Amino acid sequence: MPNLMSGARMLLECLVREGVECFFGYPGGVTIPLYDAVFDHHIRHILVRHEENAAFAASGYARSTGRVGVCCATSGPGATNLVTGLTDAMMDSIPIVAITGQVHSKLIGSDAFQEADTFGITRSCTKHNFLVKNIADLPQVVHEAFYIAASGRPGPVLVDITKDVFQGQAHYTPVSAIHLPGYKVYTEGHTGQIRRAAQMIWEAERPLVYAGGGIISADASAELLELVELVDVPVVCTLMGLGGFSGSHPNFISMPGMHGSYAANMAMTATDLLIAVGTRFDDRVTGRLAAFAPHAKVIHIDIDPAEIGKNRAPDLPIVGDAKRVLRKVVKVLDEMAPEMSARSTTGRKAWWRQIRSWKEEHPLEPALSVDEIKPQHVMFELDRIVNGEAIVTTDVGQHQMWAAQFVRFNQPRRWITSGGLGSMGYGVPSAMGAQVANPDKLVIAIVGDGGFQMSLPELATIAANNLPVKIVIVNNGYLGMVRQWQELFFNDRKCAVQLESFPDTELLAAAFGIKGRTVERPEDLRPALEDAIRHDGPYLLNVRVSPFENVYPMVPAGSAINEMVLGPPTPVPVPK
Amino acid sequence: MIQVISLLVENKPGALMRITGLLSARGYNIESLTVARTLDPTLSRMTIVVDVDPTLRAQVIKQMNKLINVLQASDLSESPAVAREMVLLRVRSTIQTRTAILKESEIFGARVVDSSVEGFAIEATGASEKLDEFIDVMRTYGEIEVTRSGLIAVSLETKRLRLSPPVPTATTSAPPRSPKPVLAHERRTSLEETE
Repeated sequence: MPNLMSGARMLLECLVREGVECFFGYPGGVTIPLYDAVFDHHIRHILVRHEENAAFAASGYARSTGRVGVCCATSGPGATNLVTGLTDAMMDSIPIVAITGQVHSKLIGSDAFQEADTFGITRSCTKHNFLVKNIADLPQVVHEAFYIAASGRPGPVLVDITKDVFQGQAHYTPVSAIHLPGYKVYTEGHTGQIRRAAQMIWEAERPLVYAGGGIISADASAELLELVELVDVPVVCTLMGLGGFSGSHPNFISMPGMHGSYAANMAMTATDLLIAVGTRFDDRVTGRLAAFAPHAKVIHIDIDPAEIGKNRAPDLPIVGDAKRVLRKVVKVLDEMAPEMSARSTTGRKAWWRQIRSWKEEHPLEPALSVDEIKPQHVMFELDRIVNGEAIVTTDVGQHQMWAAQFVRFNQPRRWITSGGLGSMGYGVPSAMGAQVANPDKLVIAIVGDGGFQMSLPELATIAANNLPVKIVIVNNGYLGMVRQWQELFFNDRKCAVQLESFPDTELLAAAFGIKGRTVERPEDLRPALEDAIRHDGPYLLNVRVSPFENVYPMVPAGSAINEMVLGPPTPVPVPK
Repeated sequence: MIQVISLLVENKPGALMRITGLLSARGYNIESLTVARTLDPTLSRMTIVVDVDPTLRAQVIKQMNKLINVLQASDLSESPAVAREMVLLRVRSTIQTRTAILKESEIFGARVVDSSVEGFAIEATGASEKLDEFIDVMRTYGEIEVTRSGLIAVSLETKRLRLSPPVPTATTSAPPRSPKPVLAHERRTSLEETE
């Protein structure tokens, strides 16, 4: 079999071996040889309209499938445009492989046209990165990149490839194994620690599961459900963990943190055993760290040893893969059940009563109005219509928090949002990625009018590829979250937050050849959403919502999470 | 507080950048850093002295161990270890001071590596504080120029080096293929064909 081929072709062969069926990218000078190989290859390429969105689309693809998302950009500006998307994937532990072109290896360092130190620039926003200057290294490096991206705590990996490597010819021998002696992945969990964890879980009176995105990346939902039902323990899921445990399950409280529910934050504060799985005690969840879960012993299960004790010192750390560790914990819990399950019944009953009363005291209820559409109303209707079954992506800001509060997710990989980095412009491109990966599923992008305008050129990608994404713009004419902070903490001095001159949606959509509509009346909302979802093809629905609605509950920065501002009439908290 | 970190690192381009980047991203100032090949030429040993809040020491080591190119990172600040530094120093001498300089050097265990009518080049090794004293003494004899190597350290405990074994690459079996949606321009072509 003749196996002499170009580096570009070799790269594609390696991608195919890694199971890549499609990638998102934007060509440029030095990647033309790569695209020349794509020309007659079966791998699918989605041409985006901006490289940042290629990375976001790869992220949406990865999050909705669990497979590695792939994006591609040219040297210089192409590569620098990927940086936000890579950082976003880094913060949210999303497996992405980014391929960038680099100038000819002989020109590196000469300030050549479209040269940038991609390797240096992306050092801090990738889990690992490579510069390939020799075609002989290419197959090995590509497989290493995929392995690093997908294993352990997932993350983005960048492979920078010089033009002469793409163009060079070499004999291709498939790589059978890779060796990264310094890359340690701890998956199994310490048996003794697992046993102690089970003991603590049975003994606790007020246990609480605090589940993060690790549940989803480890595919550990089934194991978590087993644990929760075996010991009948309440669950909160972080923004990243939503869907990791069914939002319709009676044991689910909701999301905790800055815009978490009253019940979730009170439960976090009162629990005597926090079972933290695949989560990193992020500041948006913990509020003032010193006052976070003050009565709790902490079991912290995470695959990344560096997360253990980073923010909160655990009483019992377990380093391992959430799925494998939970499976073992459940096994031990089950063995102990006959002896232990009756141990703390009274305490547990009181704990459940307490949680139920918190839920009743201040439930998350959507504000509704007959005069104007409240943004929460949009989420409430969407939740009703999709019933936990659609893939929902969001942008960043108020609408994101309302979506997290009101839209339930009954399965993992249905909720796709930029958590750690909070990148505006994430909603539309990530929905594209999710839709490409799931052509038969309903994909809804809930975006604000700010973030939508950051990702606006991608309407062309959606139209060209006929991706039936439903974009719902929660349009309040403001950068709502910034405006909310200006109102609450900066004496209502609104500055640079009003987004005037929003385009006419019907005309805008029509210009891209897709369907669009604006709704303003509450009674039109439900039929409009239903029409959009029923429509066979992409749809742009602009919902004009109440301009001054704010997200509550809210934990002001620097407060403990039980010090919530529950609604607008309360006095304005003084910034510390 | 000063932390002494010993690292066993793959000798690859960018490895040093990853390590120093990790420290600079956290705003830590590197006091000294030495790198050189080990017996195995594919590996380097690095000793870093860095000013880190004691409560964050463990976190720094964990973050370093996460780097793919780092085979082992260990904190030598409070574990049994020997640390030494070397100084190369040029001192101007006069006919009157030459003997005194040689005498002082002998007291500090330093060696003369070059001698000329203008002065000496002297090499000294030892604990950093000892070298500070030596430099102070030499300064009293006149104009000096000093180059310090930075600290190198070796642990007195044998730490088992845990390396990951090779991993087979992904199987060639293709994942379940999602049906390829029809592209807008493709649809147009198929319509034209039917007409």
